[in-house]
Amino acid sequence: MVVEKIYGELCVTCNEQGYLTDLNQWTKEVGSEIANEEGIDMTEKHWEVINYLQDECRKEAPLSIRKIGKSGVVSIKEFYQLFPKGPLKISSRIAGIPKPVSCI
Amino acid sequence: MENTLESPITKKEDEKKPIKKMMLILSKATIDNVYACFILANGARMEGIESEIFFTFFGLEAITKKKLEHLHVATVGNPGMHIPTLLGGLPGMEAFATKMMKSEMEKLDIPQVGEFLEILSASGTKLWACKLAMDMFHLDKSKLIDDLDGVLTVGDFYTRAEGDSTQLLFI
Repeated sequence: MVVEKIYGELCVTCNEQGYLTDLNQWTKEVGSEIANEEGIDMTEKHWEVINYLQDECRKEAPLSIRKIGKSGVVSIKEFYQLFPKGPLKISSRIAGIPKPVSCI
Repeated sequence: MENTLESPITKKEDEKKPIKKMMLILSKATIDNVYACFILANGARMEGIESEIFFTFFGLEAITKKKLEHLHVATVGNPGMHIPTLLGGLPGMEAFATKMMKSEMEKLDIPQVGEFLEILSASGTKLWACKLAMDMFHLDKSKLIDDLDGVLTVGDFYTRAEGDSTQLLFI
């Protein structure tokens, strides 16, 4: 099921869990609005992680916490501090990429 | 109370009572049990759920520095392996089955036990050793991993499990 959501002045399509279905519709404003919904106060470091996730997604590389920890962008500990309520699923939603299926 | 306005969304969340904390007890040292425990603990953290592991009896091997990278899968008495008991007991059989399993797990991006413990610790999973089992196996803290959060009695562990939405799981 696909739903349309309005973030700021933009209308984007999301799946039923609130993940954007098309990364091309993403703008920083959309990301900020989703972060707001998730109760995250975005800092430069947050955006750095978001950019990394989007780059990996465009390369079609599968994402896992282990891989992000080894990326040099952010350590696993920092990643959890940035997005405490579920780092991978929340950062992916803000980044406008699909929810990762990884268990690690 | 009739006039109180309540957001239907918040109300729904409250009624669902999501799990807030997973308390896992690991009592075995076979690699399949250890991974099951670690994946459950890590998966909880990934969903924003607190998690803690209590290592007791043979589970202590998974946090014993010299042993944790040498855990095996059981080839005898393990019907899931589909190896006849007599064959499963042959020398080298367990090592072979373990090697196969580890290589399959590496393909799935599942880390080795030592690295997995580091990931768990970094993610905020609390790692506890059981005092009674340590006494029984004559283990002291110096033999256990540096990331260990401490040594607890079962009573201490239950105290930590307090709260409405805590689940305990014995592996």
